[in-house]
Amino acid sequence: MNTAEVREIIARHPEPEGRVAAILEEIQKKYRHLPEEALRIVSGELGVSLTRLYGVATFYAAFSLEPKGEHLISICHGTACHVKGAKNLAERWEREVGIKEGQTTADGMFTLEAVRCLGCCSLAPVFSIDGKTYGGVKPDQVPEVLGEWKGGGGR
Amino acid sequence: MEITLNGKSVPVQGEATVLEVARREGIWIPTLCHHPGLPPYGACRLCIVEVKAGGRQGLTASCTLPPAEGLVVETDSPRVRERRKVLVQLLLAVVRDAPEIRELARRLGVEKAPFKPPEEKRECILCGLCVRVCETAGNSAIGFAFRGSQRRVSPPFGKAAADCIGCRACAKVCPTGAVRFEQAGDRLTGEPWQADLQVARCTSCGRPLAARLLLDFARKKVVCSDFEGLCPACRRRKVARSVKRRG
Ligand code: SF4
Ligand code: FES
Ligand code: FES
Repeated sequence: MNTAEVREIIARHPEPEGRVAAILEEIQKKYRHLPEEALRIVSGELGVSLTRLYGVATFYAAFSLEPKGEHLISICHGTACHVKGAKNLAERWEREVGIKEGQTTADGMFTLEAVRCLGCCSLAPVFSIDGKTYGGVKPDQVPEVLGEWKGGGGR
Repeated sequence: MEITLNGKSVPVQGEATVLEVARREGIWIPTLCHHPGLPPYGACRLCIVEVKAGGRQGLTASCTLPPAEGLVVETDSPRVRERRKVLVQLLLAVVRDAPEIRELARRLGVEKAPFKPPEEKRECILCGLCVRVCETAGNSAIGFAFRGSQRRVSPPFGKAAADCIGCRACAKVCPTGAVRFEQAGDRLTGEPWQADLQVARCTSCGRPLAARLLLDFARKKVVCSDFEGLCPACRRRKVARSVKRRG
């Protein structure tokens, strides 16, 4: 983390409205997590208590205090996906990547996360990788998709 | 403006909520997350009343309900009573031994606690009083974190409360006794915030007075240089000495 970078992000958001969330989003994007030190800077610059920022950072699933992997695999456990076998799909992902949902691989390549309804239930079961949505994928097809992302493709 | 409370027409005298009007009228409405000195929060729902007319009908929290002309409210209807009982039963499942909750249960005629307690022991019912009082009177050392079943009150990063000044306001307002401060020698510790503070002593008699940070904080907020560093007893002595007998 780089102090000047964080200050620059803050400076880019002069409008008071929705400032905190927008700034945290950018920091999260840049460092793939919210470093404690960055939150301290934001708190000091904006005059928002660290307590509040911690509350926001832990409330929204989009933020994390631990570094996330380079690629974020979000598996939907919403109602429709649940019915269509999200559990099996998630288990297969866990096996293939070798971590549990909520964890990040040791090499920092992948993070597996469970999310609620990605908003395209008709494609259930759904998962997304770095925002790219995959629908109707069977557990057996998981290795193939993973392979694409491992090879640096996918995007 | 007038509203109708339990069939009686009562004036609104600048109160911001129906709860306040009811209290002024001497009507008892149970509350857990309400404190007259703090912004309303509407978390515990114990203060529910039944709106019969003049607003959106049904059950609603009176601590966040602004009075409106022609509002007709029942504070103790069968529906209200039934719902309050369930709420207290749920609370009992979590914090069975808290005296304030027990007293509430007694007053509302709740005998059974049919709900199963959560697996891990809890003392906090997430009423948010400590959070709001820390924001208002203290130093925003604690706040809500996480969400859903994980929701809890915590200092930032779950570490020891670095911004705690030891005012103990949180322990004072907590309805369940989940917050505890203890003073031993020159240390004041506060749980579950992991607060650990230096205690200042009376500059005259040497008795432990209060957390040093609290005194510093108070000095910045109130202008009252006379009593600096003196315990209440020494303060009284000082004032008494300064008063001269006439004749
Ligand atoms: S610790 Fe006490 S005051 Fe704070 S939210 Fe929990 S029950 Fe309420
Ligand atoms: S439930 Fe999965 S996309 Fe809606
Ligand atoms: S006192 Fe109104 S919701 Fe708690």
